[in-house]
Amino acid sequence: MSGLMKVSSNPHIRAKSSTAKIMLTVVIALLPTTGFGIYNFGIRAAMIIAISVATTVLTEFLYEKICKKKVTVGDFSAVVTGLLLALNLPVSVPWWIPVVGGIFAILVVKMLFGGLGQNFMNPALAARCFLLISFTSIMTNFDCDAYTGATPLASLKAGEGVNAMDMILGRTAGTIGETSMIAIVIGACILILAGIIDLKVPGSYIVSFAVFVSLFAYLNGINVNGAYLSAQLAGGGLMLGAFFMATDYVTRPVTKKGQYVYGIFLGFLTAIFRIFGASAEGVSYAIIIGNLLVPLIEKYTMPKAFGKGGERS
Amino acid sequence: MAKFTFMGGVHPYDGKDLSKDKPMKAVLPKGDLVYPLSQHIGAPAKAIVAKGDHVLAGQKIAEAQGFVSAPVYATVSGTVKAIEPRRVVTGDNVMSIVIENDQLYQEVEYPPAVPLKKMSREEIVNKIKEAGIVGMGGAGFPTHVKLSPKEPDKITYVIANCAECEPYLTSDYRRMMEEPEKLIGGLKVILHLFPNAKGVLAVEDNKKDCIELLKKLTKDEPKISVVSLKTKYPQGSERHLIYAVTGRAFNASMLPADVGCIVDNVDTIVAINRAVNEGKPLMNRIVTVTGDAVVNPQNFIVRIGTNYHELIEEAGGFKQEPAKIISGGPMMGFGIFDLDVPTTKTASALLCLTKDDVSEQEPSACINCGRCVEACPGRVVPKLLAEYAEHYDFENFEKHDGLECCECGCCSYVCPAKRPLTQAIKSARKMVLAEKKKKK
Repeated sequence: MSGLMKVSSNPHIRAKSSTAKIMLTVVIALLPTTGFGIYNFGIRAAMIIAISVATTVLTEFLYEKICKKKVTVGDFSAVVTGLLLALNLPVSVPWWIPVVGGIFAILVVKMLFGGLGQNFMNPALAARCFLLISFTSIMTNFDCDAYTGATPLASLKAGEGVNAMDMILGRTAGTIGETSMIAIVIGACILILAGIIDLKVPGSYIVSFAVFVSLFAYLNGINVNGAYLSAQLAGGGLMLGAFFMATDYVTRPVTKKGQYVYGIFLGFLTAIFRIFGASAEGVSYAIIIGNLLVPLIEKYTMPKAFGKGGERS
Repeated sequence: MAKFTFMGGVHPYDGKDLSKDKPMKAVLPKGDLVYPLSQHIGAPAKAIVAKGDHVLAGQKIAEAQGFVSAPVYATVSGTVKAIEPRRVVTGDNVMSIVIENDQLYQEVEYPPAVPLKKMSREEIVNKIKEAGIVGMGGAGFPTHVKLSPKEPDKITYVIANCAECEPYLTSDYRRMMEEPEKLIGGLKVILHLFPNAKGVLAVEDNKKDCIELLKKLTKDEPKISVVSLKTKYPQGSERHLIYAVTGRAFNASMLPADVGCIVDNVDTIVAINRAVNEGKPLMNRIVTVTGDAVVNPQNFIVRIGTNYHELIEEAGGFKQEPAKIISGGPMMGFGIFDLDVPTTKTASALLCLTKDDVSEQEPSACINCGRCVEACPGRVVPKLLAEYAEHYDFENFEKHDGLECCECGCCSYVCPAKRPLTQAIKSARKMVLAEKKKKK
């Protein structure tokens, strides 16, 4: 034995998980959705996705190079942001939309606030909302080679009938990644089985949304039935939002109780936006508003310590 | 209500297969023996021998100073070579008695043991105090203090902590498999002190053979039962053990006696048996020498004061250069930078790993994943406490129950960003507690 040994504070062993592995698992879980998006909307969807991911990764890399910081693109979080942003765009957008969105997501929302873990809004969603407000007509144009006309939720809002089966499979107009409930749920199962997410946030979000949307629709004089409810659940990015964006570690509460409160709040907001708002949508706005309330929710849902009442929860 | 487990905790690779089937083997020390005067919580003992004195094994060489303190005994015969500061596993230099071993191992004549029934409560506790017994699971709290609660009649459970939840450790397991009667004998001594208490041998369910053996041996003991606990780290943490066995929970500012419980670790109870039923002081303990760097991992009966170098030699040396050496288990043990330290009363293992997870992985930003919150058996929010600790925000640290942390290491273990959460919280606790002590 030569020289002195390394010492450190306990514990001396570490679990195998790492930030990069977690992010990579999220990317893998998004592959069914991504694949279906390309299948559904054609090769142009692949191009939008590629541009978006390239932009987010490059923005993070260049920012860190310019600021002489440690380059962190190896943790794959920028890939996740780029992929999610693209999945939230209509396939018809011009090429510069994912570029502008990607730069906004990484530079403004993430890096300027201190990088990974410091952003208070989900970067991909904040960028989407930024694009929606700035380029409304481009961002709400869902006409493409495969589909013309409104998204199923817009039709539903206009009082027209929709095919719930098509919505569950994903054969409808919409953003690249939001249309197929099945593909998203397969991805969600991957995340749950891999222990990356649990059902606290998505479960309470979806259940509370179902309750509130039925209630508000009823109050608004809409005939609430099974087809209506399944269309509401399958449409408008609820599944993508609930499983992949509301569960974003950085921007959801870390406390157990807080996660339920957060999920219920998101369901409530989404239902309000969809029934009483001007647009048929509402998931993106609900989640970024929810993000803003996270510090407050955490403050009031701090767990009790063991021996002070917290040993059972 | 007993739940046999607790919320939170982790399941690390347990590494027990390396040494679990190796019978206990006595090691005879050859070199000098070093006896730190502070191997326990409380006032250091006071040396009662001087340089040049000849001592025998079993002779008292340092006396307890005050109630919360413990005496120290020589474990070999020889000459007192020096009384000087020597390095211990924590890296501190502690005043120690150094004895030059004459390799004759001559022992003192012990007075004959008095039957339990003929001794008063005070006499029994005093025997335990005089034997120098402290919590041998790692904490080192003087056992006689634990056994002197304000209201002994309110103690309803005496729990033998046989969980051995730390990975790699098999010392308690071997003791239970090979000398279960000593454990049961010691438990009976404690039960004798607390007439209203039931005795519980609490074992994790990864030691099935051990549970069966203890059950068989205690089937005619109406006051003693064996409880099988779910295997999960840190099941052996005192507060979590009591909760798992009895359903009673208490916070870090309380003592087990406040909820009617007394908990002692396996080797401590065996030492109580030896002190009261055989009249002999605490002189040795079981140490698991293990890890993938060691040629022949084993469980040794080690005389206290033996140098760690001798233990490694006895285990066949290193087959591969170790990257890290830990005194104790990998979750709560001390990383040591040099093997030249003595075995103390609280040293349960010497673990030599060829890979050091800590220095190989660089900490990165917290992603707020919540794994530390899930894993924390103290049910606090480690990532937040670590943040407060790093900013020296002790007010918020205390407000969010930073002092409830038991320093078990689960948060750092699970952190995917490899942040040293336990370390940050531990340092802040130390500072806050020191500040409180000053104010008093």
